Amino acid sequence: MMKVNFFVTCLCDVVKSNVAKKTVLLLEQLGCEVLFPKEQGCCGQPSLNSGYIESSKPAMKSLIRAFEGNDYPIVTPAGSCAAAVKKYPEYLADEPEWAARAQAVSDRLFELTQFIVNELNIVNVGAKLPGRGVYHPSCSLIRKLGVREEPLKLLGNVEGLELVGIKNQETCCGFGGTFSIKMAEISGEMVKEKAANITAVTPDYLIGADVSCLMNIAGRLSREGKTVKVLHIVDVLMSNVVDDLSQSTITSNDSLTVEVN
Amino acid sequence: MSMKTSDVIFKQRIKDQMQDSFMRKSVANAQERMFTNRQLAADKLGNWDEWRENGKQIREHVLDNLDYYLHQLSENVQKAGGHVFFAETSEQATDYIENIIQEKNAKKVVKSKSMVTEEIGLNAVIQRNNCEVIETDLGEYILQVDDCDPPSHIVVPALHKNREQIRGVFEDKIGYKGSSDPEEMTRFVREHIRHDFIEADIGITGCNFAVAESGSISLVTNEGNARLATSLPKVHIAVMGMERIVPTFEELDIMVSLLCRSAVGLPLTGYVTAITGPRESNDMDGAEEFHLVILDNGRSDILASEFKDILRCIRCAACVNTCPAYRHIGGQSYGSIYSGPIGAVLSPLLGGYDDFQDLPYACSLCQACNDVCPVKIPLSDLLLKHREKMVIKKITPLAERMTVSAFNYLNSSPKLWNVAMKVGGKVAPKVIKDGKLPINVGAVAEWTEARDLPQPDGESFRSWFANRDAADAGKELAAVTGIVNPKPNLYSNTDKVEK
Repeated sequence: MMKVNFFVTCLCDVVKSNVAKKTVLLLEQLGCEVLFPKEQGCCGQPSLNSGYIESSKPAMKSLIRAFEGNDYPIVTPAGSCAAAVKKYPEYLADEPEWAARAQAVSDRLFELTQFIVNELNIVNVGAKLPGRGVYHPSCSLIRKLGVREEPLKLLGNVEGLELVGIKNQETCCGFGGTFSIKMAEISGEMVKEKAANITAVTPDYLIGADVSCLMNIAGRLSREGKTVKVLHIVDVLMSNVVDDLSQSTITSNDSLTVEVN
Repeated sequence: MSMKTSDVIFKQRIKDQMQDSFMRKSVANAQERMFTNRQLAADKLGNWDEWRENGKQIREHVLDNLDYYLHQLSENVQKAGGHVFFAETSEQATDYIENIIQEKNAKKVVKSKSMVTEEIGLNAVIQRNNCEVIETDLGEYILQVDDCDPPSHIVVPALHKNREQIRGVFEDKIGYKGSSDPEEMTRFVREHIRHDFIEADIGITGCNFAVAESGSISLVTNEGNARLATSLPKVHIAVMGMERIVPTFEELDIMVSLLCRSAVGLPLTGYVTAITGPRESNDMDGAEEFHLVILDNGRSDILASEFKDILRCIRCAACVNTCPAYRHIGGQSYGSIYSGPIGAVLSPLLGGYDDFQDLPYACSLCQACNDVCPVKIPLSDLLLKHREKMVIKKITPLAERMTVSAFNYLNSSPKLWNVAMKVGGKVAPKVIKDGKLPINVGAVAEWTEARDLPQPDGESFRSWFANRDAADAGKELAAVTGIVNPKPNLYSNTDKVEK
């Protein structure tokens, strides 16, 4: 049985914990033993992306330490957090010892779909979800991590799921972490356009692999009262164990939650 | 006009601009058209990434040997009979040009499109000498006759205006009576400014690339106005940023291939001109006197800094044409003649943080710009570097600094973080109702302006996992008894514990 470390990320820990829980269960279904190093914190994006590199260093080191207990791969269901950690060696370049440790952790770190497809060599997890879905390729996945095909391969094998394209599909949804607060006006216009492009094709689901982008788009869809269900890719991949997800009454506001029966 | 184009504060500027639905529509349409054309042209050429890598290496090589190439260029311009002036500051550059104007007693100057002459505020200097200056690039001309409306795009300066608005400007300012048909308006302007070319004493152009081996300057244009501006007046002054050099025509070929495709999605623009010195005795036309003004204006400092990569820029605006923030706020929101990602990096470097500190934040760090840059400038990384710089200089707001400090303190202590996550998991679902908090202030207020808050799932992941751990003994027992991989219950951790 392959052992893996789970990097939960703060949003999945506190806000969208079902995504995290399902990720663990999915990995277990796929034959992994999942370890959760408790000492782990946040990747530090709110601070790092605002330019507070120096004061982020203790937290970066703390996260590195947390994953040094073993040499197993580290898996996370959030592309942007993975991408942030992969920049640690650059941020810590002035401290060669820490840069090397950061590199070692970074080399073991995989975004969930990347791990399933490229490391476990699985493209069909046996999921079933009838309906039309739009996949949102997040900036972190396609541009920062270079994960373009992996989620599509997995989604392509979901029974009953039809993927439909949208206009300007690879354009940023406008989240951008602190950008969504600091430049809320611009961010708001970006997510409005994204939501409009999504609803234009009247999908049943919006699917993504970054909780933060989904939270942003879901927040907009909810504000507009749209009924598109917003799902993390793990929701889709685990939909075989959920009875008839498509029939559940999920509004976009709480659609990352799958109804508990 | 100098680099700074507005005194209004940034947030107010974007608010004003975003209300201009005409502008937003034309920017969105233009962006999509240019993005698609660029992609098609790149695909048609093939091996686009290798071309980009080649372009990057050429530019890097020049920057690493800039002293050598500047010397070679300057020698060769002079050999060809031209004058070279190195201007450390924009004042030195404008002083030099002003001297020429006075010396020639020039009454009229025709210009072709040049960002660097806008950067140094040249037009105002020309005009204070009772000398008329006419922008002959159609886009620049529109803006000039519209009471010097600031440019909103480095390649298509009047991008924010639609044809109807342009027709209105022409009607009000130059007595145009025709329709809003672009061809008809263009024909009118051609006729309207033809006499200016003939009467002009001096022609002023920018320079896309100077070729060091021959001392030539090259101009990449679409309207032919630069050719007239460099061949009819007796004096030609070209102004260039000191980094805009290629070693030989071979590299020029590559850079022009990248530039035309990236800027307008074409293998070539209408006119690619190379001019070497003033006219020679057997030449049919050309200026009798040629001056090359090579501008530093802070570029040496950039070269020595962590922002060096930005000097590779060839001003194609591919980054602008792909930027989703630019798409919504338009070019004039940047308050600088340089807009979009390139403007957000360059403006604070050339103009300082006092005027341009907001620009590096007008970016979601989506990196779309990095991917399209023909010389692979990591624009979003440079924007992040600006943010880092401003943190070090303590320009960022006090409240932000304090919040980040508290966050980093918490996040660097696994014990505290653990508590924070568990408490957060318990509290969040209780306080967020229907996508809102009871009191929506600060960051939450900003967020909820356009969207609802997420509905938290309840119990933090780490609490759930800890409870599963408690059940591990049972799991091991199951393994021993041969019951492998019991189907976990997705939502209930309590029955897990009971097992």
